[in-house]
Amino acid sequence: MEDGTILEGFSFGCDRSVSGELVFYTAMTGYPESLTDPSYEGQILVPTYPMIGNYGVPDECEDGGISRFFESPRIHCAGLVISDYSDHYSHWDSRRSLGTWLKEEGVPGLYGIDTRALTRKLREQGSMLGKIRFGEEDVPFYNPDDDNLVSRVSTAGVRVYGKGRYKVLLVDCGMKNNILRCLLRHDVTVKRVPWDYDFSREDYDGLFLSNGPGDPARCGVTIGHIRQALREDRPIMGICLGHQLLSLAAGAKTYKLKYGHRGHNQPVVIPGTHRCYITSQNHGFAVDEKTLPPDWEPMFTNINDGTNEGIRHRSKPFFSTQFHPEASGGPVDTENLFQKFVDNMAQRNR
Amino acid sequence: MQKKILILGSGALQIGQSGEFDYSGSQALKALREEGCHTILLNPNVATVQTSEGVADTTYFLPVTAEFARKIIDRERPDGILLTFGGQTALNCGVELYRSGVLAQYGVEVLGTPVEAVIQTEDRELFADMMHRIGVKTARSIAVTSPEEALDAARAIGYPVIVRAAYTLGGLGSGFCGNDEDLRRLAASAFDYSPQILVEESLKGWKEIEYEVVRDRYDNCITVCNMENFDPLGIHTGESIVVAPSQTLSDHEYHRLREIAIRIVRTVGIVGECNVQYALDPDSDDYRVIEVNARLSRSSALASKATGYPLAAVAAKLSLGYGLDEISNAVTRVTSACFEPALDYVVCKIPRWDLGKFEGVSKQLGSSMKSVGEVMAIGRSFEEAIQKGLRMVGQGMHGFVANSLTIPDLDQELEHPSDKRIHAIAAAFEKGYSVERIHRQTRIDKWFLYRLENIYRMEKQLAEAGRQAAAAGLSRDVLLRAKKLGFSDYQIGKIVLRDSPLAPHDKQMAIRRLRLSLGIRPVVKQIDTLAGEYPARTNYLYLTYNGDENDVAFEQDGRSVVVLGGGAYRIGSSVEFDWCSVAAVKKIQETGLRAVMINYNPETVSTDYDVCDRLFFDELSLERVLDIADMEQPRGVIVSTGGQIPNNLAPWLDRCGVHILGTSAASIDRAEDRQKFSQMCDRLGIDQPRWKELTREEDIFAFADEVGLPIMIRPSYVLSGAAMRVVSSRDELADALKKAAVVSREHPVVATEFLQKAKEVEIDAVAQDGEIRCYAISEHIEYAGVHSGDATVVFPAQKLYYETIRRIKRISRQIARELNISGPFNIQFLARDNQLRVIECNLRASRSFPFVSKITRLNFIALATEIMLGHKVETYGKNFADIDYVGVKCSQFSFARLLKADPVLGVDMASTGEAACLGDNYYEALLGAMLSVGHRIPSKEKGVLISSGPIWSKVDLLDACRLLYESGYKLYATGGTAQFLQEHGIATEVVHWPDSAKRPGVLDCLSGRKVDLVINIPKNNTPRELENGYKIRRMAVDHNIPLITNARLASAYIQAVCRIGADGLSIKSWNEYSI
Repeated sequence: MEDGTILEGFSFGCDRSVSGELVFYTAMTGYPESLTDPSYEGQILVPTYPMIGNYGVPDECEDGGISRFFESPRIHCAGLVISDYSDHYSHWDSRRSLGTWLKEEGVPGLYGIDTRALTRKLREQGSMLGKIRFGEEDVPFYNPDDDNLVSRVSTAGVRVYGKGRYKVLLVDCGMKNNILRCLLRHDVTVKRVPWDYDFSREDYDGLFLSNGPGDPARCGVTIGHIRQALREDRPIMGICLGHQLLSLAAGAKTYKLKYGHRGHNQPVVIPGTHRCYITSQNHGFAVDEKTLPPDWEPMFTNINDGTNEGIRHRSKPFFSTQFHPEASGGPVDTENLFQKFVDNMAQRNR
Repeated sequence: MQKKILILGSGALQIGQSGEFDYSGSQALKALREEGCHTILLNPNVATVQTSEGVADTTYFLPVTAEFARKIIDRERPDGILLTFGGQTALNCGVELYRSGVLAQYGVEVLGTPVEAVIQTEDRELFADMMHRIGVKTARSIAVTSPEEALDAARAIGYPVIVRAAYTLGGLGSGFCGNDEDLRRLAASAFDYSPQILVEESLKGWKEIEYEVVRDRYDNCITVCNMENFDPLGIHTGESIVVAPSQTLSDHEYHRLREIAIRIVRTVGIVGECNVQYALDPDSDDYRVIEVNARLSRSSALASKATGYPLAAVAAKLSLGYGLDEISNAVTRVTSACFEPALDYVVCKIPRWDLGKFEGVSKQLGSSMKSVGEVMAIGRSFEEAIQKGLRMVGQGMHGFVANSLTIPDLDQELEHPSDKRIHAIAAAFEKGYSVERIHRQTRIDKWFLYRLENIYRMEKQLAEAGRQAAAAGLSRDVLLRAKKLGFSDYQIGKIVLRDSPLAPHDKQMAIRRLRLSLGIRPVVKQIDTLAGEYPARTNYLYLTYNGDENDVAFEQDGRSVVVLGGGAYRIGSSVEFDWCSVAAVKKIQETGLRAVMINYNPETVSTDYDVCDRLFFDELSLERVLDIADMEQPRGVIVSTGGQIPNNLAPWLDRCGVHILGTSAASIDRAEDRQKFSQMCDRLGIDQPRWKELTREEDIFAFADEVGLPIMIRPSYVLSGAAMRVVSSRDELADALKKAAVVSREHPVVATEFLQKAKEVEIDAVAQDGEIRCYAISEHIEYAGVHSGDATVVFPAQKLYYETIRRIKRISRQIARELNISGPFNIQFLARDNQLRVIECNLRASRSFPFVSKITRLNFIALATEIMLGHKVETYGKNFADIDYVGVKCSQFSFARLLKADPVLGVDMASTGEAACLGDNYYEALLGAMLSVGHRIPSKEKGVLISSGPIWSKVDLLDACRLLYESGYKLYATGGTAQFLQEHGIATEVVHWPDSAKRPGVLDCLSGRKVDLVINIPKNNTPRELENGYKIRRMAVDHNIPLITNARLASAYIQAVCRIGADGLSIKSWNEYSI
């Protein structure tokens, strides 16, 4: 680790040295979903739940052009560090072990690590850089925040899904498949475009800004496009990185959290009410609520630490959330926000 | 204005409703008081923490029934009532109060979940309709009200089906039926418990998953925890090993079931806590909702301990109208209660059965509950947790492997599990069965079996190392891996040093020394509800080998005092020791020291995160206590408040240099060791019943000839039935030795002279440096022969000669001095004609400490703790024999759940709980206590059945029978009894023995529900008598008719019924009985 700490473990994945940013996440289920979440690009994942791999990994298969089980076509995190590995898995839906999958994807995995001690260190000192080293094969430390990760994980071309009434333009900054699945449950056609795609001349009913990895400030191009969309009235919804990009485009500022929010148990409240939701989260950066321009207001606040969890425009149909209403993994309590987005489009087209 | 709130407790502990409701009630009361409410508690369970001074503002030791609750409401006029913290008993009572209009009449608001919602969840048909409306799948189910309808329903659904009775505790009257015949039999008994039963599709073999959901009045919902049963559906969740969180569910499954649980809770309209149970198909994502409990339950207590989330306290605050976001997370104190705990460990709950205590009981596990307690083990691997847990259960197992246990019919055991199921799996691995095969036979998910196989493999590896070079062959790597898999030093010693001549204890210590020399030590981790994301303020801890770093630093300043808790609730050791442990903890804290608790029972208050300064939720084993003592460097350890488990550890701890506070380990040993104790008594001139430890059958007969029959025998190795029994003839003795026990040099039998018609008297006392500081003398209503834990205890003793009392005090003083006692102790005596014999002496708190403490309002344990901490205390001046009221403690039995068990009392304990009431006189207190343990005043429309046994008990019962007769009760009697009563001018209707062809038969009388009370006194042990008596007793229990099998108790109870009656009981709170 960056601070000189060395931990020794046993390999159950690919024997390859890697480096990245060490982050912990507290979800107890959902490793296939997390590992394929593009937002983890460049990070070494430390699940706090000790036994991982219990229910194996399903085979890749598609449904309507979208993977059934995974959030993207490949594993995105740089490595996985756990306490206890289940080499024997058990689930009717699974076809291979987690270790086999990691090997297939060339991703290292270590078990036998005191992940609670590691988590406490990351909590106290903040997320830090680390590497997994096999024998003499050394690699330099790597800070993913220095890179434009979005350009690495965004889709290459334009693709259209569904045949619904409302046209959604989805800017893929490292999108999780479940955003697509959630949108397509409604009467929509989704046009998925790369992160730097200029959509200002596109014909769409609603703009959707996906999640994605890294520092939002590195997506200046996208922010520029969004800023143009803000001048119009067509509905916008953003999630996670999409929320940060929308905020930056609106004129607010973002900052890096000490150790982020990564888990399935983050409580948020609608400001001024007692209405709370348990949400799935995965982010290292946050929006500084104090910098929100006057025509915007907070939509959700994190109950634990008071950080911003969502914003909305006071008059226009624009909103975004820091958490993941599409879940996968995690609780599905806020999936109705997709309905809200669709309703916004419907209202405007009435 | 201050809100006045009545909270209903759960009464005496019984199977299906145990200490978890002391936890939930205590937390609720604490939360209500924090909010400034005036609290009134109705609960006759005198051994609980919730009925302690300073917990509720007003406490009533009265039965939890609608009638008594109404009278209390009439007196107290509460603003609100809480029904969901006292289990099914409180809920049923509350529903009755609601239905009868009492709540409306007095304007009492039901706080939290509305009663209508509860009723909807309890009526399965209403519930199924509601689920159907919101698109939630339930098992196909048909509600029926007659056995004929049940048959039609089963045929419509198709066998196998499951039968359930509505409104019952823990699945009473439930079971699987494969055909018409099964169904007829089960339906007949199910209708005795409920007017409505359900016939449902069987989902045997599906996974069983539970969610604990909390909802507030703003419609916010969270799931605090989910849990997965190790055993598939078909075994009651109270009988199953349970893990939290779920281990084999994918994210999709986990959150799908979570979403459904929340949908259900919203629809029902819960405000507070709710438990949702599912069946999940192991081969698809199909599911069914199988049960919803709209109240705190055993599962919610487990979820609370498993996560650190104070469910009961939160539920209580939500019922006052708070939102989840307004309550703070008491563990972190920086985050809110509106979140879902993230675990970074696994917990494993294992039931504790005591089926060996019962004659004739069926040991098969099924859809109704038989376990009497449970343990929870925490680890960072499943192997670590389950091995810890299997040791914690406390039935001589060393973990999953290395047990000396034989499973006679392995395949039968795997397919039709009993309480030995987990050990059958170990035996199956030993026999070369594959995971695949065991899975096919047990339907246990392969993931669990693979993990168990890891343990089995490690055992082989250890054995191999041992064969090579004993302990020297053990590498650091192998030893560390074994520890990570939850092996204890004892277990490793037993495997690795199998051929060594060392004693088991020395093997254990050899492994310990080796382990420490290799630097292998456990680390301490916190349970913080958030998997380390935020710092925790409380110290809820466990030990693990799956880690490198301690979460907490130890002061090692000599200001820590360790209290060893009582472990799993079992027959003979239950909530009373939790009360004692908590009382000790409080006193330690009052004196400014740090109280450190070790215990692993999730049903207790002592394991609440905010009761002590540090809680080690871990094993009460020599190894673990030494590990903790190494870290804590405590001032000392208290071993005398947690019952027999800590008491047994005392000499070992002492030998390892751990300081025992209070009475010395050597003295404890002198009281525990039969030989040493007898020698001491002989020297002091104290009488004991004659006894001998014998290893040959002929010596036992010779002993019987010497002291005269009957004698009591206590084998150290039991083949079947109860361990202890009284035999009154040579034939019986021969029979008992042949069928039930092994007599050999390795397995000696203790034979003891048995005194008939002797009174049993107990003294509970506290001494300092050998001088008694306070004492309480109580007597049993039953003559000796009924285990003291089953007997009815009266305090202060009402019917003892002054001379007897004087002698008791004298002997107790002698013993206290001789053993230099500093702390609590209890001595039991037999008294006949002022002759006193000591039958037992325990240098620790006894079962009756909370009882006498609450009646005298002098906390004996607080005083004992002060003494153990070295403070000088004065001798308490008050003579308790003079107080103006009486307390009576009755035992609660759970025979109804123990299918086929003979509900007769003997020298081995059978009761699962107790309740006590106070009264202005003896009969009042007795009546209250009897009504608290399930008796009901017989109605005059129905009669009383009397079968009064041997001539002396016929005589004993004569006055009582006359009183019943004169009070207008119709009496039914079996032949001899009828004749005897006739001769004394009491008319009865004769009913014939079960083996007689004559009518009316006694069984018809019972099944026709003609009687409301059965008095059946066993006459002798001839097979015919046993069989006839057994049938009557069992039928009474199975038909839910109160049964008394002891003539003295029956006589006293009848006097109380006829003289006082339910309306004669004074409704007085504890405070109103002033000393």
